Amino acid sequence: MILAVASGKGGTGKTTVSVNLARTIGSGVQLLDCDVEEPNAHLFLRGRQTGNEVVSIPIPEVDESLCDACGECGRFCRYHAIVSFGSSPLVFPELCHGCGGCALVCPRGAIREAGRRVGVVETQEVDGITLVLGRLDIGVAMAPPLIRAVKSRMKNNGTTVILDAPPGTSCPVIATLRGSDFVLLVTEPTPFGLHDLQLAVDMVRELTIPFGVVVNRMGIGDDRVHRFCREQGIPILLELPDDRRIAEAYSRGELVVDALPEYHSHFATLLWNIKEIRNGGGRAS
Amino acid sequence: MTGAKVEELVIISGKGGTGKTSLTASFAVLAEFPVLADCDVDAADLHLILAPTVRERHEFRSGNEAVIRSADCLGCGKCFELCRFGAVVPGGEGEAYAIDPVACEGCGVCVRFCPAAAIDFPEALCGEWLVSETRCGPMVHARLGVAAENSGKLVSTVRSEARRLANEHGHGLVIVDGPPGIGCPVIASLTGTSQALVVTEPTVSGEHDLERVLKLARHFGIPTSVCVNKWDLNPSMTERIEALALRAGARIAGRIRYDNAVTAAQMLGKAVVETEAPSAGDIRRVWEALGLQGNKEKS
Amino acid sequence: MKVAFTTSGQNLEAPMDARFGRAAGFLIYDTDSDTFEPVDNRQSVNTAQGAGIQATEAIVRHGANCLVTGHCGPNAFRALSAAGIRIYTTQAETVAEALEAFRAGALASIKSADVEGHWS
Repeated sequence: MILAVASGKGGTGKTTVSVNLARTIGSGVQLLDCDVEEPNAHLFLRGRQTGNEVVSIPIPEVDESLCDACGECGRFCRYHAIVSFGSSPLVFPELCHGCGGCALVCPRGAIREAGRRVGVVETQEVDGITLVLGRLDIGVAMAPPLIRAVKSRMKNNGTTVILDAPPGTSCPVIATLRGSDFVLLVTEPTPFGLHDLQLAVDMVRELTIPFGVVVNRMGIGDDRVHRFCREQGIPILLELPDDRRIAEAYSRGELVVDALPEYHSHFATLLWNIKEIRNGGGRAS
Repeated sequence: MTGAKVEELVIISGKGGTGKTSLTASFAVLAEFPVLADCDVDAADLHLILAPTVRERHEFRSGNEAVIRSADCLGCGKCFELCRFGAVVPGGEGEAYAIDPVACEGCGVCVRFCPAAAIDFPEALCGEWLVSETRCGPMVHARLGVAAENSGKLVSTVRSEARRLANEHGHGLVIVDGPPGIGCPVIASLTGTSQALVVTEPTVSGEHDLERVLKLARHFGIPTSVCVNKWDLNPSMTERIEALALRAGARIAGRIRYDNAVTAAQMLGKAVVETEAPSAGDIRRVWEALGLQGNKEKS
Repeated sequence: MKVAFTTSGQNLEAPMDARFGRAAGFLIYDTDSDTFEPVDNRQSVNTAQGAGIQATEAIVRHGANCLVTGHCGPNAFRALSAAGIRIYTTQAETVAEALEAFRAGALASIKSADVEGHWS
């Protein structure tokens, strides 16, 4: 099962849920930290590094001896990443999406593709958990290519995969969620929490992936999130209380299920609830 | 000269959920005559506190999307072979191919190379941006469409409209509620601004993410201050974070205590400084420390 | 020689626009015939990215040899340099003032981008 953990609003507890679920499942699980702009899972699951690779995206490189400055490449490019002013084409790497179009349209075959570094993918082993994380280089604008690189490390061996998504509802989150079997949306019972949950629900429905909700910091607000979920027929699969001890453990980089063993059953129940929903043929909507 | 800079404060965080929006709302109240800009376009929340009355709506179009005309599709699979983004969905036996609009990045390769010219390439409607009135001043905000590409252009549009309003109506200050992370929406919020304030929290995540976002701000040469929110949750971590900030060349704008009343204020649709919350005084001191023109407290 | 001025207006009295890539438009002044041609830059203003590059393409199409503007970002600078266009910066308020300064040889040409690239 590929389980993604997302939220509209930041700071609701995605990483808390992801890492504690991973620890609860234990040996064999794969945890992929797809928040490549600000990865955090490795702060809670510290293991030994087993891999570290630079990730590049293909950007055009022009062979000036073959180029006749026809400008076809510049006319084709939708991103102004390659442009010709009657001289050899100029490439603007940070604008390039790596579509390969310029190389295809060049009548002289003068364009080949070279790699431009966007970040790294690191793999770690922590007590039988395989942790994969991506780190976007500072100043690189686009996260999805690196997110796809992190996801490409996923092993198809029947073990559960947890994808820790970035916050929000736009392209980095979409890149993370695509192909998942189930999505957990983490929220808090406040006006911001509800508003952003509604946005996230619209997004997940657009992707047609079954989902359920986790409500974190119960008690700090009111029941608006619960009412919304009830009205929409969305199952709430876990509620975590507003326990200052959880916040403190989190602030120190400790797993909740390690620091406060009484919470182990919460995460075990969450897993069980997810499996039930999936076996029940998608009560989640 | 048009396009000249108005003073602008961008509030960012690196890590999400540290309190950017709550703080922006309070600053909006404390500032004398600001224009507000909500640049967290894919999870905009500032309007929940500032209750804007919408005056203008504008469609936001950016880029194109490929759409296959099924009746004309030969099923040859050329588009599928060429697409770098996994956006082409093969049809079943003898059925037309289709483009997944969520995955399509609008590059135009399939459109160009389809042997039957069966692929249209209309401009993509990605969302909308709005100009509104609030009790604190004009506000520019936006709504990005579901699964739209957050290329930073909508963020730029919100920012430049806010600056234009500020120029036209003589406001001295634009306050920007920024997005989390370090990618294109954040870059689009930060570049060319007068100063940035990073709101963080005293946790290992907050520390880790602060380091990255400070590097980004330095990369763009933006004068940056840091403020630790909920600082008393972990005082020793707070000190570590402040030391990190100073080493990175940022100023410390102050600390805000953990306060249940913040959520209570949010529930009432009020900025924290519009209530008697214990942290309101902390927020006022941070605002003072930023030393911006258009500071009501000064006059 | 054709000189492009970044502006939001249609004639000499129009205010100068400090930006290049996202300038509302240009006035292309022909020194030989002492005439002006307004050029709309809306396409670049609305483009998702690479406005500076697109704006360069626009003034190249209209035969500009020089550009007079407020600031120039790194992408625009590369594009303009590749196109062989000399870049001058000014703080002048109107096109007329900028033109006078240009004619008087009072404007400095820049050797590199003078502002960071951005998406606005």
